[in-house]
Parts: sequence; C-alpha cells; structure tokens
Amino acid sequence: MTGTPTSEVPMVHADRVSKSFGSLEVLKSISLTVNRGEVLCLVGPSGSGKSTFLRCINHLERVDAGRLIVDGELIGYVERGDRLYEMHPREAARQRRDIGMVFQRFNLFPHMTAVENVAEAPIRVKGMKKDDAYARARELLARVGLASRADAYPAHLSGGQQQRVAIARALAMEPKLMLFDEPTSALDPELVGEVLQVMKQLAESGMTMIVVTHEMGFAREVADSLVFMDGGVVVESGDPREVLSNPQHQRTRSFLSKVL
Amino acid sequence: MPPGGADTAEPIRAIRLKHPGRIVFAAVLLLMLALFVIDAAQREAYGWDNLAKYIFDKRISQAALNTLLLTIYSMAIAIVLGVVLSVMRLSDNPVVKGVAWLYLWVFRGTPVYVQLAFWGLIATIYSTIDIGIPFMEPWLSFETKNVIDVFWLAVIGLALNEAAYMAEIVRAGILSVDKGQEEAATALGMGWLLTMRRVVLPQAMRIIIPPTGNEVISMLKTTSLVAAVPFSFDLYGRARDIAVEIFDPVPLLLVASAWYLLFTSILMIGQYFLERRFSRGVGQARDTRRVGTATDVIPTVTGSVTTADKAEGDGR
Ligand SMILES: Nc1ncnc2c1ncn2[C@@H]1O[C@H](COP(=O)(O)OP(=O)(O)OP(=O)(O)O)[C@@H](O)[C@H]1O
Ligand SMILES: [Mg+2]
Repeated sequence: MTGTPTSEVPMVHADRVSKSFGSLEVLKSISLTVNRGEVLCLVGPSGSGKSTFLRCINHLERVDAGRLIVDGELIGYVERGDRLYEMHPREAARQRRDIGMVFQRFNLFPHMTAVENVAEAPIRVKGMKKDDAYARARELLARVGLASRADAYPAHLSGGQQQRVAIARALAMEPKLMLFDEPTSALDPELVGEVLQVMKQLAESGMTMIVVTHEMGFAREVADSLVFMDGGVVVESGDPREVLSNPQHQRTRSFLSKVL
Repeated sequence: MPPGGADTAEPIRAIRLKHPGRIVFAAVLLLMLALFVIDAAQREAYGWDNLAKYIFDKRISQAALNTLLLTIYSMAIAIVLGVVLSVMRLSDNPVVKGVAWLYLWVFRGTPVYVQLAFWGLIATIYSTIDIGIPFMEPWLSFETKNVIDVFWLAVIGLALNEAAYMAEIVRAGILSVDKGQEEAATALGMGWLLTMRRVVLPQAMRIIIPPTGNEVISMLKTTSLVAAVPFSFDLYGRARDIAVEIFDPVPLLLVASAWYLLFTSILMIGQYFLERRFSRGVGQARDTRRVGTATDVIPTVTGSVTTADKAEGDGR
C-alpha cells in the first residue's frame, strides 16, 4: 500500500519528541515516520505514553522537545529564523481540522443526534451550508453502516454504533490523517468486529492512520508498520507480521505474550 | 419482557403495613390547626374585612405586576451576566479570570440591601454621565437622574448581585460536563468559545436549571428589599404604604404574602416541568437505552409488577 515516492514528504514525522507532566517523563525522544496512505499500529503496556503521543500529534498536549511535523507543517509552533513561537489558538484549531481523532470513550455529543454530531463541525468550523452538511453526514453514516440510525441520540445507540458515528464525525472534516486511541477497548467483545471492519475499509480507501490498539489481529492484517512502546520510548518497530511473530526484545516478547 | 407466560409467578398482593403512629400524629396536628383557624377568625388584629377589601385592590395588583417585572428583568440580566462571568472564570486568560473573580468577591461579599442602597445613591455620586475623552469637554452629557429611573436602578442592583450567584451555578454546571466533550470538540477544530456555546453549555443546562429555578423564586422574594433604593411600587412596598394609610398593618402583610405565595407556587410548577424536560436521558452511559427516566415507571405499592413492566414497554 506504500507505493508513494520517497521524495514525497511523509504524513507524520516525529523527530525526538519528548513530553513530561511535571517530573514524570512520559515520552522520551520518540522518533517515527508515517508515510501517506500508511497505517501504523502503536502498541504497548498501559502508561507507556501511547495516548499522550497521539494527543501531541494534534496539539491537545504540547511537546517539550523535538519536532512533530504533519504533512510538512510543524505542529503547535511557528518557526521563524531559528526561533520557535507559540502558535495562536486559531492556527492550532486550523491544524486540528485536518487531523481526525477517535477516542476510546467515543465522546459523542449526547445532546445531538448521530447526524447532528457528524454535521456539527463542518457547519460551525468549515462554514458549510446546513443542507449540504446534513446530506454529507448521512452519506458518511451510510458508509459506516448506520444509515437507519442517523436520527438516534447517542444514548440510544450501542457502543459499537456510537464508535462508528464517532468515526464518521471525524471523517466529516475530511482529514488527511486519522488518529485512533484504543477505539475498541470500551466495547463489548461482540461489538469490536464492526468497528474494526469500518477501520479496515478506511485503511483500504487510502487513509493515513495511527491506531493505538491491543487488537493484534487488526495490526497483523491491516497495519503497514507496528511500533512497540514501553516507558515512553520506542522499543521496537517494523513490519507487523515480523514483529509479532519474531519480536527482538525481551520487553516486546513479554508484552505480546500477555495480549496475544 | 412478555407478561403472563405460563410459568410467571403470580403478582404479589400483600396486606399493607399499618402505621398507627402517623394517623395519631396527623390527627393531633389537624386539631391544632383547627384551633388556630377558629381563633384567628375571631381576632381583631387580623383585620379580615380589610384583607378582603385590599386583596384585589388596583394598587396591589399593579404592585404585584411590578414585583413580577422586577423579578423577570433582573433574573434575565443575571442569567446572561452569570454565564459570561462563569465562562470568564474558566478562561485561560489570567486577566479575564481575575476580573471575574473580583466581581464575585465584591458582589457576594456585601449584602444585597447595601448594594441596592448604593444604586439608589448613584445619581448623587455621579450627577452627570459624560461621554467623550477624559479631562476634555464631553461630547455628550446627561443628568444621571433623568436617564435612569428608580425602577431600573432596582433592576440593576438586583441583577448585578444575582449574577454573582448565577455565575457559580453555571460554573458548577460547566464543570459537571465530561472533559472528553471539550476534547472531542477541540479535536474537530472547534475553538474554545464555539465549544462552550455548542457543546458544553447545552449539556451543563441539566445541572444549571434546578438551582436557577430556586434562584428565581428567591429573587421574587428578594425584590421586597428594593425599599433600599428606594423604590416603593413593588408588592411589599405598596402593601406597607397602604397599611400606614389605614393604620392596619396585619391584613396588608397577609395580602402581600398571599400574592407572593401565588407567584412562588406558579414558579414551582414551572420549575417542575422544566426539570423534567432537561433531565431527559441524555447521559452518555452505555446502558441508558431506556427512553423514559427510571422514575417514570416505578411500580406503585398496590399495582402488580407486571403492569409496571407493561407500562414501560408501552412508553417506547
Ligand atoms: N494530564 C496528565 N497529567 C499528568 N500525568 C499524565 C497526564 N496524562 C497522562 N499522564 C501520565 O502519563 C503516563 C502515560 O499516559 P498515557 O495515557 O499516554 O498512557 P497510555 O500508553 O495511553 O496508557 P493506556 O494504555 O492506559 O491508555 C501515565 O503515567 C499517566 O499517568
Ligand atoms: Mg491511553
């Protein structure tokens, strides 16, 4: 799936990214690259900094050191000369529009129906016309298999349906990159499949994705690369089938023996 | 849940537990009330004839309207200002935050009666309002007492005080909304204000409405303090004036009380319906697939469990 020329700028380029909360160093010099149309799966034990790294990519957290570059654009800061300037919130919001995010706990807006959830940001942020936005929202909901539930409130949807609405909501902004933070971890086992199916289709359509997950089957089948993180560092990375069947590091081995 | 299968247990029909203590207690209370009423009916001081004469007096009903208007206007201003203040308090901007904090400190830290007296003196303190550049000849100049009458001074005084309390109520509502909501909106590229307006505040409503209802009821009664301004065309002020006129205070206190009670009762009914409306299942819990609220279908003691289940089923 990676037929992109190497001369092209990668979609995500993390260069020695570090992040601390107070004295707790959560990310220690993370470097990785995701090319256009690639799917990267990020795995690792709880507390290893996976969520924090995702949140840094769309500047929900600010990085302390290193550079995060999405589609050739530095995230969260403006570089002029050899100085970095903090970005205006308006600019940061503009950068986030192009980066979709799906959360473990869905975070749908409970006071809006599914279709309103999906149409909200295109209308308010992009200034799209209401009719167009709703038509498009219904299309997207149909794409995730929820055409008939478009007018339901989140509370009346199952977890799997809610997460699919959340995916449609993120897609409505036509992002160039999608971030998934354990999208199936809050779901009952029988509902996991429907969400993974939607994500797989999305990957096949050429979307660039970073997926934090414990679903190794998905990683093996869909991902182009797999990164194993522990204690805020990248321990091991490479082709998912390779890493999963033949892990090089002791820490990777012991983690995989627990989740597989 | 199919009711009445062959192997369903038959509904429970138990003899109700008796509470003899309650009945005795209620009887004693009723007796005391009856004694009080009979006694009051014969007492001169209550002035029942004057009560009957003034309860629908034109001046009283006009004053009741004024009290209502004072309540509505000052509450409306207080709610808007309260939302603004609470949003300011939660802002990242330390200046904005500080201003809101200062406002709350002043307006919650001094009695409303004193604040009303201050507003009454505003025309004395600032006899003219000048618009222009400081220390230069003003472009426009007004006599303060000509631009603003005591009614509006009373409204301002009540509203600014109440806004400080409303701000706290709104803040509690905003803080009750799950952090993930703001995060999701931010991740969609929505700005902070847009997130507040479209995502956070509508959800905070459920928490904000009930105490706001209480504030409205409380405001209705607080309007009786506008004598401090002094504004005396409100319900209590008018009743007091008439009482002085006819040298009979008690019946007019009763007249005023009756009107206040009428209004608070209406407001309480309104509050009940508002609360019901805003507490409708909008929670994000995964198991809230039921349409009505749980309290709608609590089975009565006498009714069988199967009928309650059926009622729930019909409600869908
Ligand atoms: N806002 C915060 N303030 C302080 N500490 C934080 C904050 N967010 C995360 N942390 C800490 O950073 C560490 C990494 O958290 P993170 O959520 O990134 O881990 P994770 O790999 O996503 O774990 P999980 O699998 O449990 O989601 C944890 O020790 C966590 O306690
Ligand atoms: Mg996490």
